[in-house]
Amino acid sequence: MNAVFYIAAAVAAVSTIMVVSRSNAVYSLLYLIVSLLSVALIFFVLGAPFIAALEVIIYAGAIMVLFVFTIMMLNLGPQTAEQERKWLSGRAWAGPSILVAILMAEMLYVLWGGDHQVEGRHIVEPKEVSVALYGPYVMIVELSSMLLLGGLVAAYHLGRRVHGDGKEQQP
Amino acid sequence: MLQLLWTVPALPLLGFALLALFGRRLPRAGVSVIGAGSVGLSAVASGLVAWGYITQTVPAAYSQCLWTWMEVGSLKVDMILWLDPISLVMILVATGVGFLIHVYSTEYMRDDADYARFFAYMNLFVGAMVVLVLAGSLPMLYLGWEGVGLCSYLLIGFWYDNADNARAAVKAFLVTRIGDIGMLIGLFVLWFSLGTLDIQPLMERAQLQWTPNSAVAVAATALLLCGALGKSGQLPLQVWLPDAMAGPTPVSALIHAATMVAAGVYLLARTHVLFDLAPAVQCVVAVIGAATLLLAGTSALAQRDIKRALAYSTISQLGYMFLALGVGAWSAALFHFMTHAFFKALLFMAAGAVILAMHHEQDMFNMGGLRRRLPLVFWTFLAGAMSLAALPLVTAGFYSKDMILWSVLSSPKGGFLLWAAGVVGAFLTGLYSFRIVFLVFFGEEKGHASAKPGPAMMIPLVLLAVLALGAGFVEIPETLGRVALFSSFMGVHAAEASAVLGEGTQQVLAALLALGGLAAAVVLYLLRPGIVKAWVATPSGAALQRLCASGWGFDALYGMLIIRPVVALSSLCRDDFMAVVWRAVGICAEGAAAGLGRAQTGRLRFYMAGIALGAVVVLALVVLL
Amino acid sequence: MMATVPTEYGMVLAAVLFCTGLVGLLVRRNVLFMLMSTEIMLNAAGLAFVVAGSRWHEPDGQIMFMIIVTMAGAEVAVGLALIMRFYHLFKTLDTDAADTLKG
Repeated sequence: MNAVFYIAAAVAAVSTIMVVSRSNAVYSLLYLIVSLLSVALIFFVLGAPFIAALEVIIYAGAIMVLFVFTIMMLNLGPQTAEQERKWLSGRAWAGPSILVAILMAEMLYVLWGGDHQVEGRHIVEPKEVSVALYGPYVMIVELSSMLLLGGLVAAYHLGRRVHGDGKEQQP
Repeated sequence: MLQLLWTVPALPLLGFALLALFGRRLPRAGVSVIGAGSVGLSAVASGLVAWGYITQTVPAAYSQCLWTWMEVGSLKVDMILWLDPISLVMILVATGVGFLIHVYSTEYMRDDADYARFFAYMNLFVGAMVVLVLAGSLPMLYLGWEGVGLCSYLLIGFWYDNADNARAAVKAFLVTRIGDIGMLIGLFVLWFSLGTLDIQPLMERAQLQWTPNSAVAVAATALLLCGALGKSGQLPLQVWLPDAMAGPTPVSALIHAATMVAAGVYLLARTHVLFDLAPAVQCVVAVIGAATLLLAGTSALAQRDIKRALAYSTISQLGYMFLALGVGAWSAALFHFMTHAFFKALLFMAAGAVILAMHHEQDMFNMGGLRRRLPLVFWTFLAGAMSLAALPLVTAGFYSKDMILWSVLSSPKGGFLLWAAGVVGAFLTGLYSFRIVFLVFFGEEKGHASAKPGPAMMIPLVLLAVLALGAGFVEIPETLGRVALFSSFMGVHAAEASAVLGEGTQQVLAALLALGGLAAAVVLYLLRPGIVKAWVATPSGAALQRLCASGWGFDALYGMLIIRPVVALSSLCRDDFMAVVWRAVGICAEGAAAGLGRAQTGRLRFYMAGIALGAVVVLALVVLL
Repeated sequence: MMATVPTEYGMVLAAVLFCTGLVGLLVRRNVLFMLMSTEIMLNAAGLAFVVAGSRWHEPDGQIMFMIIVTMAGAEVAVGLALIMRFYHLFKTLDTDAADTLKG
């Protein structure tokens, strides 16, 4: 099963790099879905089947659909892709890449300090997750519901049509 | 009936709250109804309370404890209302005259933009005064005391867009504050010495624990006197009162008649037991009163502004009250306070009607001949002036002033000199009050008067004119057939002491001098105005005139003795070492702000890079350390 | 079906994904791409949680991931609404156009 992990990891890394480097938003989005699916596979391999399902359903499913709708509504044409290509010059990459390379190096340094454990893994069943979720973590469930309600209200409010003079109108 | 006592302060305060919160949204008629109505209802309530008090089977002071204000250690201050004859008279005057002034204001302030603000302040003023008067403990009295101080500041500076008005308001506030500090320390001394601040226990303990003229008695009463001097505009803190004329005329009427300046007299009357234990301080009170009444009387003679002339006359009449307080005749002082409230409110409001008719002209030398234009105002003003001048037999002022003069002469604490000062003051009073009458209402017409006052202004004037003439009949001296409703109500009996002069003789003398003042005014200002003009033209006359017009130069004196040294000292301190330090702080902050402001580029990616850099640095610290 | 890769490898993958997302966030000027990069970073953080949870055989890591998903859902809804508003206002998706807060 180790091979599955390594292949999925490679796919995830490559597709993620493609996400940030494409100039067409739809391509980017497709690569992002690939990345999410491969991460879902990694979850499965790591013994978290429930989370793998959630990743596919919510992340790769629902959230990405939102992105697709937005891209459709914005109606970005080929000139936007052209614009993107112009923005993604080599110089634009240099500074952030160096900064993030340092960050990466630091993180690797920290990670290598630990013990290298290769013992057999253990599947954490959805039942265990649910018992913990509705046991000690029940308050977090409540907070999540509040968060989602807030997101709903905010999205509704921000999504209203705005006139040129900035006055709002009922949708 | 007596249970209604709490509504007397509550109603004006409620009116204030309503007007302060919703005044801008209310129509003018609504503001008038709330503003005048709350004080009117309060007056009705005090009338009912008075009826309840008089018809008690056993006359006794009534107290109503509302709640405990604070409790710290052994200090327990209750919000307690205390009704006895003194406070009853005071609330009747404060709410009754206050109501008439409010009614008058509905017309006087009709065209003002800040109509609601005006009535809010006025209601608060009356409310604070009633709290002061009904207070059963000194801290509560002090609350009302500061309340009227605040309101006088707000109302004197009511038209604050004129810098002079704002300055007059600040002056009134600061000068009375000097006295208030004294009073506050006085409260501390009383607490320290007697262990209570509730007024009635305080009086009882003082009588038991203090020996007359002991140091603590003198100190405490002298400090209380400081507060009273400031509030009541007596020497040497009288300078704020003439400048307080910057406010609208109804405010002057309210300050001078029903509230504010009466507070000092009330405080001394309320604590007269303490003052009886400190005869030395009482003597000072009497001397200050006598000096003030003469000084203010002469100053009133030289004023051109009708309101300033009336203001000095108030100071002078308050001098009479202090004179009476100084010889222990506090009931006479309160009687004079009551009649004074009637005729002084009347005079101010009539003056306001004149000023309004003359299009805000206040210089008396630009008026004249208004007798024919404003007949009703003339007759009411004349009634007030007669009462102020204490013309014998027919006016209220005569009976109250006579009571004071007789007390001064007959009391062992008084004496001939103090009495003589009072009698000379009576002459001056007659002279300056009729000077105003003749300058304003007689002679040729100079200005162009228009705008006859309406009923809302005239009805209070007529009512007050009746009171100014008739209110004296509740107390008629023995020589004229002895009616003693007021003093028996107060629970004091007129002194039966024999003096150098008999009561009748001194009455005749005082009355003659008052009439002499009137006669002199007739000669100098009506028949032969040339005499005064010629005399003022001479160098000595001009100098004296300037001196009197400036109120004996107290403003200049204080300017030289206090204000200039303080200003010089503070400008000296402006650039001291510490200032450099503070300025350095400012410069550093400015530089840092300029530097950090450059980081505010408005570009999202720049901020994000900042966050990433921060993460790198924090992680590096974690890794390396 | 169990893998026996060391925990560090999973963590390294999370770090790689996170850093890629960060680069995207810093490089892109189009606000839509920036939002996608944010999603990548959130997902990477979730991966780290799950890896850690599986290392100690605890469900806590997975619960944390669920919270991250919830948060990401709310964030995307608000973020996309903001993007729509942004586009209506500026007629572009360039974040550098919105620099009126410049100090």
